[in-house]
Amino acid sequence: MIQHVEDPVLEVHDLTVSYQRKPVLWDVDLTLPKQSLVGIIGPNGAGKSTLIKAIMGLLPLNSGYVELFGKPLDEIRKRVSYVPQRESVDWDFPASALDVAMMGTYGQLGLFKRPGAKQRQLAMEALEKVGMQDFANRQISQLSGGQQQRVFLSRALAQDADLYLMDEPFAGVDIATETAIIGLLRQMRDAGKTVVVVHHDLQSAQDYFDWIILLNMRLVASGPTEETLTPALLEKTYGGRLTELSRVSDLLHKQNFPIRETKPTRK
Amino acid sequence: MNTLWEFLSMSDANVRFVTIGSVLLAASSAVVGCFTVLRKRALVGDAVAHAVLPGVCLAFILTGEKNPLILLLGSFLTGWLSLIIIDFISANSRIKEDTAIGLVLSVFFGIGILFLTSIQHSGNENQSGLDKFLFGSAAALVGQDLITFGAVALLLLICVTLLYKEFKLLSFDPAYARTIGLPVRGLELLLTTLTVLAVVVGIQSVGVVLMSAMLITPAAAARFWTDRLGAMVIIAASMSAFCGATGAFVSFTAPAMPTGPWIVMLLSMLALLSFMFAPKKGILARYLLQRRIRKQMARENILKTLFHLGEDTGEYSHSYSKKQIKQRRRQPLFQMKSSMQELRRKNLIRKGPEGWSLTEAGKKEAQRVVRLHRLWELYLTEYLQVASDHVHEDAETIEHVLTPELEQRLEELLNHPTADPHQSSIPQQP
Repeated sequence: MIQHVEDPVLEVHDLTVSYQRKPVLWDVDLTLPKQSLVGIIGPNGAGKSTLIKAIMGLLPLNSGYVELFGKPLDEIRKRVSYVPQRESVDWDFPASALDVAMMGTYGQLGLFKRPGAKQRQLAMEALEKVGMQDFANRQISQLSGGQQQRVFLSRALAQDADLYLMDEPFAGVDIATETAIIGLLRQMRDAGKTVVVVHHDLQSAQDYFDWIILLNMRLVASGPTEETLTPALLEKTYGGRLTELSRVSDLLHKQNFPIRETKPTRK
Repeated sequence: MNTLWEFLSMSDANVRFVTIGSVLLAASSAVVGCFTVLRKRALVGDAVAHAVLPGVCLAFILTGEKNPLILLLGSFLTGWLSLIIIDFISANSRIKEDTAIGLVLSVFFGIGILFLTSIQHSGNENQSGLDKFLFGSAAALVGQDLITFGAVALLLLICVTLLYKEFKLLSFDPAYARTIGLPVRGLELLLTTLTVLAVVVGIQSVGVVLMSAMLITPAAAARFWTDRLGAMVIIAASMSAFCGATGAFVSFTAPAMPTGPWIVMLLSMLALLSFMFAPKKGILARYLLQRRIRKQMARENILKTLFHLGEDTGEYSHSYSKKQIKQRRRQPLFQMKSSMQELRRKNLIRKGPEGWSLTEAGKKEAQRVVRLHRLWELYLTEYLQVASDHVHEDAETIEHVLTPELEQRLEELLNHPTADPHQSSIPQQP
């Protein structure tokens, strides 16, 4: 069940991505509608984070292309914002919550220019949106996991983008924070933004998202929540690996095979 | 003392130059070093420092003279080469990065020593002073050398000032930096180049062997004093500048002394002091905090004991001797003495003719601790299904930690209980 939309906010076309010569995503083809809250769901190692990293241009593609708002990423970077996994950075870094939120304004600022009062205010507003204004001057290692996650969100908010890609924003977060975050994401959607979230809790996925992407090394489904979260499709997603696919991946990895014979071309 | 005065007055132009040079070199390597440390590339800095030696020697062999610009170029080239080889090895073989660093460091340094020895035996009279690159000599920083090296150091400082925000983000979260369109590859390349340059200019005053200390030590020490990158960079630079100036002084008073070891020893002393005495993060501050907590626990335990004694009779203002208190709860006498003095000073207990008793304020405080103890016991049995004979030990510590906010939460969660799992009554909040 892969449903495509007209005039998509994000188009992923025939995307194959590998880690160290081992394909982890095969031929993914999907489009996402504007103004929606999208959940990427699948078991561990299904390639959920890989998909959004590939969309953000952080991984080399073996095949296919990605278009956002009908353009390649480099042309519309300022309209897209990425929230990495919380564990991807060292929180002992000498910075305050406000410092991190302020990093969201660096893209707009451009090289050499120093952040000033305006950037500081943008960052403060972003911190307020996630309820972290009282912790603005706190060193980031002294924040709890949920608070660190909120600081990461505020950095993305300070970017003021139209499309947000978030890698596990609910991981290691307490219930109160999760409720607060999902409330915020809904507000963002209602304000016309699109939010894509890597998520691994099926139970809550049902009422969090309007659109679901089911993933397990390949795209199982992409469509409105009520049509995708069906027992049959979930069985297909979670019902064990496709052993043949995994074995071919291993073979390519072990024998140092090229994943594709030609380099990816745009359209 | 006279020499120190003569040095400080800077009346000698030579002293002035050497000092300014050393300060500049030391500060610039400390500033660049902050980013090296935060990006967890400290070992790479060490490898580059060692790999610079063959470059210096080769440049000398090829030209036969000690032109600072050429020596700088030579060392820059081999420094970079070593980095490329490290990256190549760790990307294209099973050898991990730390092993690759070890390999490259020793091979390059070995070759450097080989060249150096052969130069020393070549009979070229220009070669005198080349061995200064091993341990450094700030006094050799004169004329052309000073201008060249000083200019490079200045360039480093300007680069970091201009690209401070980019380097900050790059060190914290390179993946995010890429997504907002920063030229991460280029910035990484630049930062690495700056590191190599810092090493190259620094070897003049400290030498290749100890150069990595100039990068790493100030950053590590500065981190103890602050939680902000800007402050860390400034503190690191100031510490390093101070040590650089001292090194210049040593070079000035005893020209035979190698400057490098002096600077590095001083820096290490500063780092050690930071490690011991920095507020909050230093060992001493942490020890004092521990001690304060232990003392508070001891005091609260005495109040609690008096309260328990009162609970037996229902008479809380009764007086007890130290012996009676000790019988109820064993504790070291000397600790008990100082705790009781402190409690008395705070007017929580009073001393009467028959011994010690709780004051009204003391009783309140004791009630609070006992309440927390019993609340926690109840919480453990109700919510964690811990057997009731196991909860006491646990609650003995937790009672001292719980905040009023958590107390409130527990009260609500347990529905304002009146009795603990052992059927002792829970003192109610006044």
